Amino acid sequence: MNILVFAELSEGKVKSNSIEAIAFARALSKSVTVVVMGKSDEESLSGLGKYGAVKVIWADDDRLSAGIIQAYASVITQVFHAINADVLVAADSSLATPVAARAAIKLQASLATNVVEVPQPGENLEVKRGIFTGKAFARVILSKPKKVITIKKNAAEVKEHEGSATVERFSPQLNDADFKIRILSSEKATGHILLPEADIVVSGGRGMKGPEHWGMLEELARVLNAATGCSKPVSDMGWRPHHEHVGQTGVKVAPQLYIAVGISGAIQHLAGVNSSKCIVVINKDPDAPFFKAADYGIVGDAFEIIPKLTEAIKAVR
Amino acid sequence: MKILVCISHVPDTTSRINFTDNNTRFDTTGVQFIVGPYDDYALARAVELKESLGASVTVLNIGTADTEPTLRKALAIGADDAIRVNAQPVDSYFVAAQIAAQAREGNYDLILMGRESIDYNGGVVHAMVGELLGMPSVSPVMKLDIEGGIAKMAREIEGGKEYLEAPLPLVLGCQEPIAEWKIPNMRGIMSARTKPLKVVEAVPADSGVQLKQYELPPPKGAVKMIPADHVEELVRLLKNEAKVL
Repeated sequence: MNILVFAELSEGKVKSNSIEAIAFARALSKSVTVVVMGKSDEESLSGLGKYGAVKVIWADDDRLSAGIIQAYASVITQVFHAINADVLVAADSSLATPVAARAAIKLQASLATNVVEVPQPGENLEVKRGIFTGKAFARVILSKPKKVITIKKNAAEVKEHEGSATVERFSPQLNDADFKIRILSSEKATGHILLPEADIVVSGGRGMKGPEHWGMLEELARVLNAATGCSKPVSDMGWRPHHEHVGQTGVKVAPQLYIAVGISGAIQHLAGVNSSKCIVVINKDPDAPFFKAADYGIVGDAFEIIPKLTEAIKAVR
Repeated sequence: MKILVCISHVPDTTSRINFTDNNTRFDTTGVQFIVGPYDDYALARAVELKESLGASVTVLNIGTADTEPTLRKALAIGADDAIRVNAQPVDSYFVAAQIAAQAREGNYDLILMGRESIDYNGGVVHAMVGELLGMPSVSPVMKLDIEGGIAKMAREIEGGKEYLEAPLPLVLGCQEPIAEWKIPNMRGIMSARTKPLKVVEAVPADSGVQLKQYELPPPKGAVKMIPADHVEELVRLLKNEAKVL
């Protein structure tokens, strides 16, 4: 099986979720090629050999430095044909998922998004994907000769391999019709760990009583190397930006550890966190429904517990 | 301007999920169905654009006759007419192929839907429709204005926002806060009863994806409670028992 992985770059480096996509591909086959677009450097790209990539195809055309969905899908399709691939793998994101969907149409491939574990290799791949916002799974069979799979965080374990990947530059055929969308500008939180990529998430709810109390959660997040999140009411009230809203209609996270502070645990919030490996709930109300979904719980005043917890973690880290 | 809003008919966000028939069918017993929450935002923005710029709004659902109350609700919110493609929506590609077929007939300037349906969470129908129609697609769109045939948008990206523009026609996957959800008023509900609802047959579409079985996650073990004055104990458990620190 010949696998092509679409890896996303952030400031020239391959994103951690894309490295999981390479690991996913490597668990299925030894023949793994990675395609990247935009600005990067040869050394970072050849370093992808460590995760199992044999070859990296690098389309460094300037027009591809911004993530234009249609153009990316066209380039990936060209590379897919050029290397005679059978399967395309990418990590779900606001860019990669629609790119994969468009590529699946161009390739007339079977498509599954939100895939949560590595399937058994075979002609027809049977994949497990998350549905009902993490409340259930579906096993589906991808039966077309070509397949496109996008994976959820933690779908594959990243293992280190010997060797480096060969890097090959690629000049794709670009079509003006693929560049009708113009990206004017972007705003991005800098110096923070991004919520969808974080291994640990510290989230606050209405129980934090106001945006002025977020400092203690940010400090806890800092010592844990965690991202900060929040409940829907908190982002609706403008205490925190929308991209931090975790839940059914916000970001769905799948960290190793999710710490919820002052969040009662409405079913819509749980839908965004139910893929977390371990959940800690801190709430002053012993009847908060979130405790039922938690692994560990503390009933008490967050304003007293959080600084103590931060100190206790500092002591062991 | 002609706007097509594609809506999914999905279980209410508070629904308990169960399966029947040896885990091959979603159990609808006691489940309340709603307009998909993301699609509801798309519809609300379409109705606002109709009011501010003048537009016609058609709502489309791929579903069996059970979904008609959901379409009537969308008409009550302010859509002008409705189309139901009479078929069980089996997967993203099937749905995208139906939308594309209807869109070709109707020649719409703007095709809106939610960023994803909350039942199967594919999150790809907008991109597939765009590709099938040869149009650009953008998702998840959190702000949308139309000025002189150009859509000006903000899209959520990981950790922030991206501002972009593109000429119509365009396919968009929407999310909050593109508009506030609209609640139908009495006049809307009354007029929805007589608005046109056309039923059409599906076009063939083979996605090459077959459902084998559904699964529920394993039940969660009991929560371990730790006294508030023993936070060190929590840290010890996270490190040694859960092994997540």
